[in-house]
Amino acid sequence: MNAVDKAGTAGASAAVGASAAPTAGAAGATEPVRPAAVSVHRAYKRFGERQVLAGIDLEVPAGQVLAVLGPSGSGKSTLLRVINHLEQLDAGHVEVGGEPVGVRRHRGRFKELGPRQIRAQRSRIGFVFQDFNLFPHLTALDNVAAAPVATRRAGRAQARERARELLGRVGLADRAEAYPRQLSGGQQQRVAIARALALDPGVILFDEPTSALDPELVGEVLAVIRDLATSGTTLIVVTHEIGFARDVADAVVFLDGGRIVEQGPPDQVLTAPRHPRTREFLSRVL
Amino acid sequence: MSEHLPTAPAEPGDAPPAYPPPPPEPVPHSTAAAGGPVPADQRVVPLRHPWRWAATLAVLVVVAQVIHGLATNRFYQWDRFGYWFLRPAILHGLVITLQVTAWSAVFGLLGGIVLAAARLSRSPVLRAVSWVYVWLFRSVPLIVVLLFLYNFQALYATLSLGVPFGPGFVHFGETKLATETVVAVVGISLNEAAYAAEVVRAGVLSVDQGQHEAAAALGLPRGYEFTRIVFPQALRAIVPSYVNQLIGLIKSTSLVFYVSLLDLFGRVQTLGSTYPSDIVPLLLVATVWYLILTSVVSVAQFYVERYFSRGALRTVPPTPLQRLRAAVREARVRLAAQTAGVAR
Repeated sequence: MNAVDKAGTAGASAAVGASAAPTAGAAGATEPVRPAAVSVHRAYKRFGERQVLAGIDLEVPAGQVLAVLGPSGSGKSTLLRVINHLEQLDAGHVEVGGEPVGVRRHRGRFKELGPRQIRAQRSRIGFVFQDFNLFPHLTALDNVAAAPVATRRAGRAQARERARELLGRVGLADRAEAYPRQLSGGQQQRVAIARALALDPGVILFDEPTSALDPELVGEVLAVIRDLATSGTTLIVVTHEIGFARDVADAVVFLDGGRIVEQGPPDQVLTAPRHPRTREFLSRVL
Repeated sequence: MSEHLPTAPAEPGDAPPAYPPPPPEPVPHSTAAAGGPVPADQRVVPLRHPWRWAATLAVLVVVAQVIHGLATNRFYQWDRFGYWFLRPAILHGLVITLQVTAWSAVFGLLGGIVLAAARLSRSPVLRAVSWVYVWLFRSVPLIVVLLFLYNFQALYATLSLGVPFGPGFVHFGETKLATETVVAVVGISLNEAAYAAEVVRAGVLSVDQGQHEAAAALGLPRGYEFTRIVFPQALRAIVPSYVNQLIGLIKSTSLVFYVSLLDLFGRVQTLGSTYPSDIVPLLLVATVWYLILTSVVSVAQFYVERYFSRGALRTVPPTPLQRLRAAVREARVRLAAQTAGVAR
């Protein structure tokens, strides 16, 4: 992957976003986070009668950007939610940074971890929700500073200072004292991204980060994600923005019926899909 | 939106236009939009409500009659009301009422939070115990609970706090298990906790599931999640219901008279039997004091609700004082405009 190339495409295709996130270049100012590799091994998950994940194997090398595409109900969100153990797998396991998530190896089997350890693991995995889920009774600044304070990673003053810096990074330095409901959808999602960044995660998971936004606000959020992509953090993005996947992702995975139907570099999967299901989906979305 | 409309039919080869072309804008409209004052003959005439005025008048007449009746009817004996209103005997009763209310409100809410937490926990035993408690104390009338406690000595000769089934540390004697105040506070708190538990539970359930998920995804500790994320949001739903509960509580303290505690109502009752001719003014004294207590709670409610609406509303509602100032300011502006109009 080459960051220069990506930054170039980002700037070219996101004229809106470039102005919305003026400090995009300041990413290097903060200490570098060590990106974590993510791997999913033989993942099965069933909700009642429905097999949501039907044996998924996935490798995301550290620092890569993976776009996950697929029709609704194909298991995209569930795949993302098992990576930080918001959902527990029926079988199989997930590793982040080489460490199994939510479970530990014990005599050749996997045993579920206690809530304390699961929380510690989750705090190393960022998660950005489709509908933001900001804490409405806290200001933007306190939303971002909450997790480092609660997990005793930083003192209050230090956490707030860092939160201010992160809000600057997503272009919202001047809205630090605003409550979420006083912000537009795009601004809320950018605060949510800053909140995920506050714990310096090695990987950030995005669950359709722009699906709840008005079309003209999508650009500003995608610009922030583009900026993160160039900073070297591992990103897994469930999205319907095909153009974004093409520009930013190192790899694209196409999911259908809880299985990976096709995967590869975006050029190949998006322009010359081999599987008929992928072709059909793309023809409807594009 | 409107900028796009003219471009649609302008496209070549687009036989039926996607939208009909916008009608030409009426001229007076655009002059108004330009910022100048709207001419008087173009202003929309508001709908008149003659019946609303008639109804207002009728209500005012009835209200005036009631007030006149209250003031002039000798039956009320307002001079005796004035005599009793601030008597030490009445004020002592008021203090008892306030004490019992305050302690019961605090213990009731604390008990309610514990019961609600138990009811919402994953442990089936805790859930069942909480459910049975709420079921029991919502079913038994408060007066029965109070009389049970009052006659507690007859049921259990001694009571000790300590290791269950083991040695006790604190012993309560046989003769005086507890003062009347303690019996009253314990009885009302037990009853209050059952209702408070449901109020708190409803509040916690009203918090969006996404909040729990966000807290989980950030790895927030469970205690922090409850105290800093879920409970403050739940309070927004809890406060109005709990204040409602609290006002009921103030009045239910009048039942402590039956466990020989002389609260406000108890004082009025005993004084009334000593001075039978003053029973009506004495009841009025109690009524006015209960009105005052409820009013104080209602005012407190307004400010507490306002505090917890931070973030939930884009702008917090103005306080009555702020509203008054705004009204005065507006009236002044209107007056100035009118005088200017007259001068012209």
